[in-house]
Amino acid sequence: MKVKICREAFDPWREIQVHQATLSGINGEIGAANIFIGTMRDYNEGVGVQSMTLEYYPGMTEKQLDKILGQAALRWWLIDSLIVHRAGEIRPGDPIVLTAVWASHRGDAFDACRFIMEELKSAAPFWKKELLESGQARWVEKNTDGYRKT
Amino acid sequence: MFMSIKVRYFASLGENLERFESDLEFSETLTVADVWKRDTSGKPMPGNLLAAVNMEYAGLDSPVRDGDEVAFFPPVTGG
Repeated sequence: MKVKICREAFDPWREIQVHQATLSGINGEIGAANIFIGTMRDYNEGVGVQSMTLEYYPGMTEKQLDKILGQAALRWWLIDSLIVHRAGEIRPGDPIVLTAVWASHRGDAFDACRFIMEELKSAAPFWKKELLESGQARWVEKNTDGYRKT
Repeated sequence: MFMSIKVRYFASLGENLERFESDLEFSETLTVADVWKRDTSGKPMPGNLLAAVNMEYAGLDSPVRDGDEVAFFPPVTGG
C-alpha cells in the first residue's frame, strides 16, 4: 500500500509502471489490476476554468488516504494498492488523482478501486480553488456523490 | 492545569477568518465546539464545518487535551 502527494505534475502511467515493478516477485498471483485516473476539466458548473489550486492538510491527508487503503484491504482480497494525488497549481488536462489496485480477481479489483476513489472524494482533506476564465476565483463547495445517477 | 493547543483553519474557512493558525491557552476542559467559540470570539459556526483532532476526524463534542492540534475546515473537494 502506498500513498503519495505530488506538488508537481505527475505521469500516472509512469507511476503505475514504477509501482508494478515493485510487485515483480509476486507477478504470478496478480490476475487483475484496476486503475482510475482523474484529470482536470476546463469547465465546471457551466463556466470555463483556467487553472486550479489544490490545498491539503499535510499529515492528515496522508493519514486519511492510508486509512482508506487499509479499509479496502480489509474488505476485499487485494495484493496491493496505490494512491497518487496532486497538490498545488494545476491546469486543464493535468492528472489530479490516480488510484490503482492489484488483485487476483477482477471483482475485487473493480470494487476496491471504486471504493477507494469514492472514499477519497468524501474523506480526504483536499480543497480546490478555481481560477475562472473571467479572472474570478472561487472555492469548489462540495464533491458530488459518484454513485448518483444524473 | 494550564494547557496549550494549536488551532488550524483550512481553505475558504481560513480565508474568511483571515487566519490559518493560532495557539490557544486554557485552564479548563474544552470540547472541539468550545475551541471554535473561544478561538473565533464566538463567530457563528458554518453548518457544514468539519473538525479534526490530531489529524483524525472528530465530533464537535470531542474533548481536547493539552498539546492537541485541532483543525476546522469546509467539506473536502479532492479527487
